[in-house]
Amino acid sequence: MSFINYSSREINCKIVYYGPGLCGKTTNLQYIYNKTNPETKGKLISLSTETDRTLFFDFLPLSLGEIRGFKTRFHLYTVPGQVFYDASRKLILKGVDGVVFVADSQVERMEANMESLENLRVNLGEQGYDFNRIPAVVQYNKRDLPNAVSVDELRNVLNPRSVPEYQAVAPTGVGVFDTLKAVAKLVLTELKKGG
Amino acid sequence: MPKAHLTFGIHVENPCAAQLDCRSPEGNHFPMSTQLVMYEEEFTKINSVCDRLTKDANAKVVFLVDKNGQLISASGQTRNLDTTSLASLTAGNVAAMGGLAKLIGENEFPNQFHEGAKDSLYMTLVGTRVVLVVIFDNRTSLGLVRLRIKKASDELSKIFDSLVRKADGPGIGSPFAEITDADIDNLFSE
Repeated sequence: MSFINYSSREINCKIVYYGPGLCGKTTNLQYIYNKTNPETKGKLISLSTETDRTLFFDFLPLSLGEIRGFKTRFHLYTVPGQVFYDASRKLILKGVDGVVFVADSQVERMEANMESLENLRVNLGEQGYDFNRIPAVVQYNKRDLPNAVSVDELRNVLNPRSVPEYQAVAPTGVGVFDTLKAVAKLVLTELKKGG
Repeated sequence: MPKAHLTFGIHVENPCAAQLDCRSPEGNHFPMSTQLVMYEEEFTKINSVCDRLTKDANAKVVFLVDKNGQLISASGQTRNLDTTSLASLTAGNVAAMGGLAKLIGENEFPNQFHEGAKDSLYMTLVGTRVVLVVIFDNRTSLGLVRLRIKKASDELSKIFDSLVRKADGPGIGSPFAEITDADIDNLFSE
């Protein structure tokens, strides 16, 4: 949930990157962190295992600039993708303003994608959110891999709401900022409506 | 890649998640449509309670965090502290401990104490929504910190109650209602 502070003239929003294990959520944040101007970002926190699997969350605070004199800040979070970390995923969705669903384009990960999307729907519901209304973007990641499923097929099963969607290759940055901008824009548009 | 580390600027954020439970007339939840707003008057009062607590408890740092990880106020020796990361990790910790509490049949763990070699950390829940965190060293004692926190926590609770009432009152709209699509686009123009 966003927060507007009249006193310090700031607005802060929370975006969560969701998706199955090893789909590239952390890689998205790492790319954003590496390519962002130092003045506009905070430190990237990764609570991960010794094998670099996300244990609880990654966190990256970003400043996007000012709107009508209000500093606009986004807090980016990832969830742990592995199925057995579901309790942690629920916690991270608390107070979310926008969601990026990162799908793994590889054919053998289709079932994991679908399971994760359903898990997102359930967990949003448990936190009092409506899956069909929350600002969301879908990112089809790993488009460079030879076993990538066609975007049409991915869309059919992973984008039932027809939200904005982007093809990505997160390690090289393809689609990473497009995805971020799209979700940030949706969140701000929702704030505008909310007023 | 960096592991867990800290340091970034100070900002102030979302104090009210009581509204997470807002419902539409149809009975659906619409948490996105109700932003929480912090006003000058309450902000000043909150900062003054945190400043006083820092002095009274002889603490190094006092900060107030929304359970969603947004920093509301920071007082004391914050210059070299990454308060943004502290806020996020505090919320993560409180959320995880809350989950643990429920697993053993408790509603929450309202107080947590973490003892370090030099600095220690005490967290307490203020109302249902905010976490008050005190970092202190051996110039004070856990007993004194707990005593002072209790008083500050009661005061903060009242301020947040009045903030929620104010936000629910008439004539309070979001400043974002007036922004245009062009304003949003400008944010992303390079």
